[in-house]
Formats: sequence, C-alpha cells, structure tokens
Amino acid sequence: MPTSFEITPEIMREIIMDHYSSPRHKRAPENKDLYFSTHSSSVNCIDDIDVYLEEKDGVVVDALWDGVACAISTASTDILCDLLIGKKKDEALYVIEQYKNMIIGQPYDKDVLDEALAFTNTGKQPARIHCATIGWDAFEKIIHEHACEGGECHGK
Amino acid sequence: MFDPKAIQNDFPMFRNKPDMQGRPLVWLDNASTTFKPDSVISAVVDYYTKETSNSHRGDYDLCYAMDQAVLHARKTIARFLNCEPREVVFTSGATGSLNTVAYGYGLKFLKEGDEILITEAEHASNVLPWFQIAKYTGCKVSYIPLSENGRITPKNLEKALTPRTKLVSFAAVGNVLGYLEPVKELTKIAHNHGVLVCLDGAQSVPHMKTDVRDLDVDFLAFSGHKMLGPTGIGVLYGKYDLLSKMDPFISGGGNNDKFHMDCSVTFLPPPERFEAGTQNLAGILGLTKAVEYLENLGFDSIVEHERKLKQYAVEKLLQTGNAEIYNADSEAGIITFNIKGVFAQDAATYLNSQGIACRSGQHCAKLLNQTYLKTPATVRASFYVYTTEDDIDALAEAVKNGGNYLDAYFI
Repeated sequence: MPTSFEITPEIMREIIMDHYSSPRHKRAPENKDLYFSTHSSSVNCIDDIDVYLEEKDGVVVDALWDGVACAISTASTDILCDLLIGKKKDEALYVIEQYKNMIIGQPYDKDVLDEALAFTNTGKQPARIHCATIGWDAFEKIIHEHACEGGECHGK
Repeated sequence: MFDPKAIQNDFPMFRNKPDMQGRPLVWLDNASTTFKPDSVISAVVDYYTKETSNSHRGDYDLCYAMDQAVLHARKTIARFLNCEPREVVFTSGATGSLNTVAYGYGLKFLKEGDEILITEAEHASNVLPWFQIAKYTGCKVSYIPLSENGRITPKNLEKALTPRTKLVSFAAVGNVLGYLEPVKELTKIAHNHGVLVCLDGAQSVPHMKTDVRDLDVDFLAFSGHKMLGPTGIGVLYGKYDLLSKMDPFISGGGNNDKFHMDCSVTFLPPPERFEAGTQNLAGILGLTKAVEYLENLGFDSIVEHERKLKQYAVEKLLQTGNAEIYNADSEAGIITFNIKGVFAQDAATYLNSQGIACRSGQHCAKLLNQTYLKTPATVRASFYVYTTEDDIDALAEAVKNGGNYLDAYFI
C-alpha cells in the first residue's frame, strides 16, 4: 500500500491526536469468545492494555484493544488495528516488523505503514519506545501464537 | 545563608552539565534518587583505590582499618538517629530494611488471626513484604483509612486498631503526596494498644531531623541514595530488644557464631546478625559522608528551604492555569500534579524534551491511585537541597506550554 499522503510533522501530530482523542478500535469485543486476546503492561509506565484479534480463513477480520494508555500507545495501537484488519498473517507480521524497524532506526519499508509513519520520530524520546510498541508487541504475540498454525487457519 | 546554587557546586552531576535533549538538565526527581556530592564520591573511590579490604576477615592493617571505618560509620548513623550503634543495621536500602523486619520479625512472631496495619499510600516496599508475610503466616493486612486530603490521622488509626493488630507500618512522609504524618502521636497510640510501629523513613530521613528515641518508633527504614549517598546502601534501625528477638532475613558468612552438621546454629547478636555476606563497604563509607554533608547544612535550613520551594512551586504551577495539583497543602518538597488534559506519561515526556527530569506514573504506590487519587497516573516533581527557584520556573514554563506535548516528537 503506497502512502496516501505527504508526511510532515503537522500531519504526524494530527494523526496521533486524532487517534488519541477518538480511537476507532478501543473497546472490548462484545463476544470475547470469537477473539484471541492477550494482556500487556509495562513496568516503566502506566500503559496497561488488552488486545483482541478475530480472524477468519487466515485473514484478520477484526482487531480491538482496551485499557489505560498514554497518547503514544493509544494512537499507535489504534492505528495498528486499522492496518491489521483485512490482512493475512504474513502480511500482518510484515507490517509489524517494518514498524519496529522504523522505531529503532533500522531500514524499513515505508510503503506498508500508512498512518503509522506518524511515529517516525519516536526515537527522539527513547524512553517512550515501549509506549509506541506495546500494542504492536501484543498483537505480534497473538498472531505468532494463535493464528494460522501450519498453514491451517482456525477461528477460535 | 542557604544557597542552593553554591551547593550545586559540590555536585559533579551539576558541574558536568549533563545534556538532556540539548538543554541543561533540571533535576526534579529527588524523591526517586539524588545526586552525590564530592565528599561521598571520594569516599567511594577511596575505598576502591586506597582502602580495599573486607571487614571482619583479615589479620592485616587494611582490614583492621576497614573494621574501624565501619565502626565509625555505625557510630555516625547512631548519632544521626539518636540511637545506639548496635541498633544500626546496614541493609541494601529501605526495601531491604522493611523486608528484614517483615521476614525477621513478622514471619517469626505473627500468626493466623493477627493483623498488620498499613495504608493505601504506602510504597510497594512497605506493602508487598507484608503481603508475603500474610501469605506465609495466615495473618491479615488491613488499612488505616486516609483522611479526605490523604493523611493518616490519630483518630483513623484509633479506629483501625483492633485487639488482633500486632504491627503498624507506614511512611513518615508519603512518596506521592508528601504529607508529614504525626509519627510521634501515632506511635503513642499504637503503643497504648501494645502494637509495634515500623516507620518507612525513605522520604523523611533525607529531609528532616529524625530522632528515633523521641519518636519512639520500634523500627525505622531508609535508603542512602535518596539522601546524597550511594545506591545499594540503607539502614534499618530497630530497638535492640526487638532486634535481639528476631531471626536474620539473610544468613551466611559474618552473621553466625558457630554451626554444626545437625543444623544447629548460633547467630551473632544484632546488628551483625542481619548483615550476612560481604557488606556494601563503599556504600557504608559513602553514606557516612552523606550524613555528615547533610548535618553540615543543617536540617532546620533544609526544611525551611524545601518548604519555601514547595510554596513557590504551588504558586507558580497554579499561575500557569494549566496544572491540576493533588497535594498543594502537603509539607514535603514534593508536588504531584497533572497538566490539564494530558496523560501523565505524555506530560513527563514533554518535560524531558524541555530538559526537566520528573517522574510520571504511580510512583510505586499503586493502591493510592486506585482508591484515593482516582487518576491512573500523576507527574511528580520533587526537590532537595540543591533545587533552585530557577528549576521551578523552568517547570512552570514547560507546564504552561504542556498542551503542545507532542512537540517532544516533532521539534
């Protein structure tokens, strides 16, 4: 997916504030049985979230999260939910990998990150890298552990 | 004349002007840890460069000198607290001290049906050891209700005490709100009920005169690194007759008299009973220098300096119109606040981008946020002998602009 906009500090700020003030995916699912979930919290900060992932036929059909979180973790997790929905396991893991590379200053494929490019500068505040990745780590764990084992995909 | 700027000259961390995000460092995290003056650092360096030896072990001059130095250190701390040297136990810090009481006294003497009283404002180090003891012994942990503004009142302590209460443990000054509790009065009430008092002095001993005889507390715990001393060293004061009844929390070399194959062992009397293993000798020497440094400044002046700073900080932060303060009326040099509409962690990151070191979060007092503050997190700025009004001006300026907190990532 090519980036659909020119990324500037103003736009980055807008994206983060937008997802922080009105997150699209911040709620626990009504039917938790349909979702894989995991809990994630940080020793260093207050972030304390649950993430939920529903998949069908090897494709993520819904991604949600809920909990107490700062602007950076709220926005980054919410944007990830946007990016995950509709993706296959491998595509999803690829996006997460590219994002993490970006955060730690390694080469990355920016074409797949879309609004997550707003976090390009997280490395300026190294103490907050864990905030920008807490949701991503959690979803990565779920996808690794539960989704699409051995080529066979199972909804829960 | 108390001059924090002149005091800063004694501290390499100020002289070296560490860079924080391209700005001069404004250090407002003293409730977490403090900088060290030259005298403390020299004592530590001298130990490693001129005086290295173990204590209690050798038959040579260096070792003898080290034993004498530890003896001197114990005497210095004893004078500082107004107790006997044999009532001063060196530990790894307040956490080590509190665990020594919990496991050394609690595990041995508390039993099912007994009750330990703490408060919701306690630091994890004065909560979790008691949870463990409750788990092992079947005793119960209960809470003294805090007053509306977050204090422990004599009345509330009276109400919380039951015939089953055996021990009450609380901080003289809370690490989040910074209220100075009426320790002497609370201790008297507890003693009238035959209840022991364990005082967490981590946030009080560095900032005010602490006279354990006058307060009459049974135990006192504090850390060296929060009072200009090295990390990894702290003190447990205990009344000698109580220490004598207790078992060691940690056993090994240096705390026993003799032991045999049938598992029989005679432990040394206090304080050595609680000091198994090679001690943090550099830490002990450094802590002694820290105590001397603080005594030299004088606690009356320190108290007055921090009182003024607190008042100044409250005024300045209120003037910004952008701060919600949770403890404007508390005595300690701790101001706990949020920038309006900004999550505490985001605020602290913004402060970092402005060169200001503050702490955000729950400050290890997780019960307090749940029940009393009713906010998931706060920002805490805390002051010490070298804190200046300029530091607070910098904080206020940043708080004023705090709504632009995402600047931290983009400018």
